[in-house]
Amino acid sequence: MKNTMTTTALALLVALGAAPAAMAEIRIGASISATGPAAFLGDPEAKTLELLVEELNARGGIDGEKVKLVLYDDGGDPNKARTFATRLIEDDEVVAIIGGTTTGASMSILAVAEDAEVPFISLAGAIEIIKPVRPFVFKTPHTDRMACQKIFEDMQKRGFTKIGMISGTDGFGASMQAQCKDVVEDYGIEIVADETYNPTDADMTAQLTKIRNASGVQAVLNPGFGQGPSIVTRNYRQLAIDLPLYQSHGVASNGFIELAGAPAAEGVRLPGTALLVADLLAEDDPQRGIVVAYRDAFEEKTKTPVGTFGGYAHDAFLILTDAISRAGSAEPDDIRDAIEATSGLAGTTGIYSFSAEDHLGLDLSAFRMLEIRNGAWTLVD
Amino acid sequence: MKMTPKLATLLVLGALVLLAPFLFPSNFYYRVGSLIFVNAIAVTGIVILTGYAGQISLGHAGFAGIGAYACALAPAHFGIHPALAVVLGAAISGLLAWLVGRPILRLKGYYLGVATLGLGILISMMLNNERQLTRGPDGIDVPELGMRALLKGWGLDLTNGQFWYYFCGLCMILGAWLALNLHDSPSGRALRALHGSEIAARTVGVDVARMKLQAFVISAVYASVSGSLLALQNKFITPDVAGFMHSIEMVTMAVLGGVGSVLGAIFGAAILTLLPQVLTIFAEYEQLVLGLVMMLVMIFLREGLLPSILRKLRRKGE
Repeated sequence: MKNTMTTTALALLVALGAAPAAMAEIRIGASISATGPAAFLGDPEAKTLELLVEELNARGGIDGEKVKLVLYDDGGDPNKARTFATRLIEDDEVVAIIGGTTTGASMSILAVAEDAEVPFISLAGAIEIIKPVRPFVFKTPHTDRMACQKIFEDMQKRGFTKIGMISGTDGFGASMQAQCKDVVEDYGIEIVADETYNPTDADMTAQLTKIRNASGVQAVLNPGFGQGPSIVTRNYRQLAIDLPLYQSHGVASNGFIELAGAPAAEGVRLPGTALLVADLLAEDDPQRGIVVAYRDAFEEKTKTPVGTFGGYAHDAFLILTDAISRAGSAEPDDIRDAIEATSGLAGTTGIYSFSAEDHLGLDLSAFRMLEIRNGAWTLVD
Repeated sequence: MKMTPKLATLLVLGALVLLAPFLFPSNFYYRVGSLIFVNAIAVTGIVILTGYAGQISLGHAGFAGIGAYACALAPAHFGIHPALAVVLGAAISGLLAWLVGRPILRLKGYYLGVATLGLGILISMMLNNERQLTRGPDGIDVPELGMRALLKGWGLDLTNGQFWYYFCGLCMILGAWLALNLHDSPSGRALRALHGSEIAARTVGVDVARMKLQAFVISAVYASVSGSLLALQNKFITPDVAGFMHSIEMVTMAVLGGVGSVLGAIFGAAILTLLPQVLTIFAEYEQLVLGLVMMLVMIFLREGLLPSILRKLRRKGE
């Protein structure tokens, strides 16, 4: 019995693989870090893409043409990401690529996409991906720099001029630390204490004590990713530091509140996307419809809470399918032109308007300042 | 000319590199081919260290990292041509291996494995944390080698994938030729003697510590060149190249294919590079399949895939 099942499954796979490509279908490629160290980002991204393709095809595809998703798992290894990008373009002959969960993977894929002139929408944070602007490369997540600006804007509003920073030394934390230091002066704010921790550290009380003892410190900012910020938050309360604590968009998910514990996370502010506060959005908010629809569909299918990162993949897919539909063609060149002409498209992360000079298409309004109250996200502004 | 095993190995490799492209369904396979060759170069170094001299290293990816970052940093900071940066990286790797190897190779047993493990992790941490220099975990751009443009000037117009396929293939054959020459040289015999029994080798006058050190330095240079070639063809490199898993991968490739034979180890490199591409549908089970293959090989084909298969065939022929 088992044997026949295996044989059938194999035969099916072979048949699927050998199905003639002549069928009118639009092939979209993706290389995502669904496993490996970046899996907590990549896994929801991969699930989101699968979900969206299923939904789209159930609705009849793009203008009647079915979409086929070719999805590879690069495990967060940039070298593998480059190989899969080559495979997507040369072997699978996709018309566009979504992916590059980490900055390293994105930088590897973009070189291949640029060479082959195939549009690529990256899901990674770093500003280097779209600066300088490369004709075929776009991205959906806001940059670290914008998160810094949003946080400093809020601090400025509350009248803070002296702050402490505690940053992770992982790619995300270190990159955001550098960007924040770069823009902090524009807001008349001075960093009076600057500490770091390793992403695997289990205790940050030493660094936090130093920050607390810095003279005149009024608030603390923690650029970081993964479990580090949860530990910082817990230590922060254990030390009974009575200053406002800001986290980054890197931990904008319910997992953060669970990991830090609701009492410790009380009052923490961070710049997040509309996705986390779907129900709190105003009825006439242009993002409300799409955010609620995506959250419900994702949570229904995966039984896990929706997060910012899956939202990046959602938006990339939305931008791409919208562009293909407007271009009325599945030629890479036409798709690229159509993506660049995207204007006022509401996604889960923000409202996208691309131009020849701007391949990110978001501004600061895409971020919403959120605060944790009673173990739940609330809108500040 | 007599058909020696050395000549046979080189002919087989040469024929495979030249004939394989006729079977390629698309240009993508040039990329896979060049990755196999890059891994094969590092694994040839492991054959010298582990197969000939019987020493284990769990940190060779560190040397690959040095080779890779030499190609990224030397041209940017000192204006050195990328081709010279490969040599510079190899020299630094060799020197580092010599410095580190001197004390630890006097030790017996697992000390070398543990010490190299630490060395590899140190290099990887340095590449991750020295952001001002290496730009940290996000990676750094590597300049163009410029050889493709040169070949084009001579009337040989290759695509990027084709160029790296043939170039890495050539480097791999060169590396294999050097390793095979070493095998039959007095040094190679001394290495194999100390592999069999250090005491016996010392009794007949082999300077055991010096020979081990030599093998360690040579294998480090192989790993470094492999890292350089990877960086140059990707034109972008991240600290992952020096990661612990990459070290393990190198040893696994060598052991799987047959660590005592250059051709076997290259065969192992080819299988383990191809497997993730074949197993994309089962990506979640990739590690599981790899582990299973490894276990089966260790139990049933202890010398590695290729030597064991060849022996079986030979026995049948008799």
